[in-house]
Amino acid sequence: MLLALIGGVLIGLSASLYWSLNGRIAGISGIFGGAILDFGRKRWERVLFLLGMFAAGLAFARFTTRVPAPTLPLLPLALAGLLVGFGTRLGSGCTSGHGVCGLSRLSPRSLVAVVIFMITGALTVFVVRHVLGLWGPA
Amino acid sequence: MRALLTALGSGLLFGIGLCVSGMTDPANIIAFLDVSGRWSPNLAGVMLGAVAVHFSWLRWVARRKSALDVNAPESVRSIQPGVSAKRVDGALIGGAALFGIGWGLSGYCPGPAIVALGSGAFGAIVFVLAMAAGMVLNQGARWTIKRSGKGSMLVR
Repeated sequence: MLLALIGGVLIGLSASLYWSLNGRIAGISGIFGGAILDFGRKRWERVLFLLGMFAAGLAFARFTTRVPAPTLPLLPLALAGLLVGFGTRLGSGCTSGHGVCGLSRLSPRSLVAVVIFMITGALTVFVVRHVLGLWGPA
Repeated sequence: MRALLTALGSGLLFGIGLCVSGMTDPANIIAFLDVSGRWSPNLAGVMLGAVAVHFSWLRWVARRKSALDVNAPESVRSIQPGVSAKRVDGALIGGAALFGIGWGLSGYCPGPAIVALGSGAFGAIVFVLAMAAGMVLNQGARWTIKRSGKGSMLVR
C-alpha cells in the first residue's frame, strides 16, 4: 500500500508538471490518440511523453526478474484493446485523464466517467473470472 | 525544444510512478476490480496519492496564477481548476462503459499498457496495437457520421 501511495504521488507530480510546463492534461488515452491521429503542432510533445513512459518500462524491466503480463489469450486481449481504444476516444478519457486529472479538477463529467468504468470493469471481472471461470483465479 | 524535454521528463516520471505502484501488472488491476474475490485496495491508494498531489498543485497554481514561470503558456494561466465546459452525455457514458469492459477483461488501461510495452511484455504489444486500431475505428466512425450529416452520440 505504501508503494501504491508513493507511485500515486509521482503520477500526481507528473500530471502537475505536464500541466504547468506544457499546458496540457496528462491523460494517456488523449496523448496516445493525439500522437497517432492528430498531426498538429503538439504532436511531438505527445510522442516524447509516450517515449518517457516507454523508457520507464524499459528501465523497470532491468530491475525485475519477472515482467508482469496479462493472463488471457491473445484474441480476447486484442478485443480488450479495441474496446479500450474505442471507449476512451468516445468517452474522452481513461484512468489518468478522468481519474487523476479530472477528479483533481473536481469535474462532474470525470466523476461520472470514473464511476461508470469502475462499475463495468468490476462487472466484467466478476462475469469472466467467477461466473465463466476463465483465465485462472483472479 | 524545452517543451519536448519537459514532456519527456513528465512521461518518464509518470511511467516510474506506474512501475513503483505495481499498476503495470494486470493482476493488480484485476485484484482491485475483483470485489467478490481477494480484493486489493492498491489502485485506490495510487489514485488517492495522485489526486491529493495534483489537486493541491492546481489549487496552489490557481492562487499564484502564473504557475512555475511567467513564460508559461496562456492556457496555464487562464484555465482554473474546477471548470468543465461540456455536459454529461451519451458519448461520455457509453465510452466509459466500453472502456471499463476492456479494462476489466485485460487488466490494462492505456498508461500501464504503454509502460509494459517498454518492459517487453508480449501481451502489451498486442494490446497497444488493438487499442490504436480501436481509436482509428472511432475516428473513422466520426468522419462517416459527420459526412452523412446525421447527428449521433459520436459527433457532438
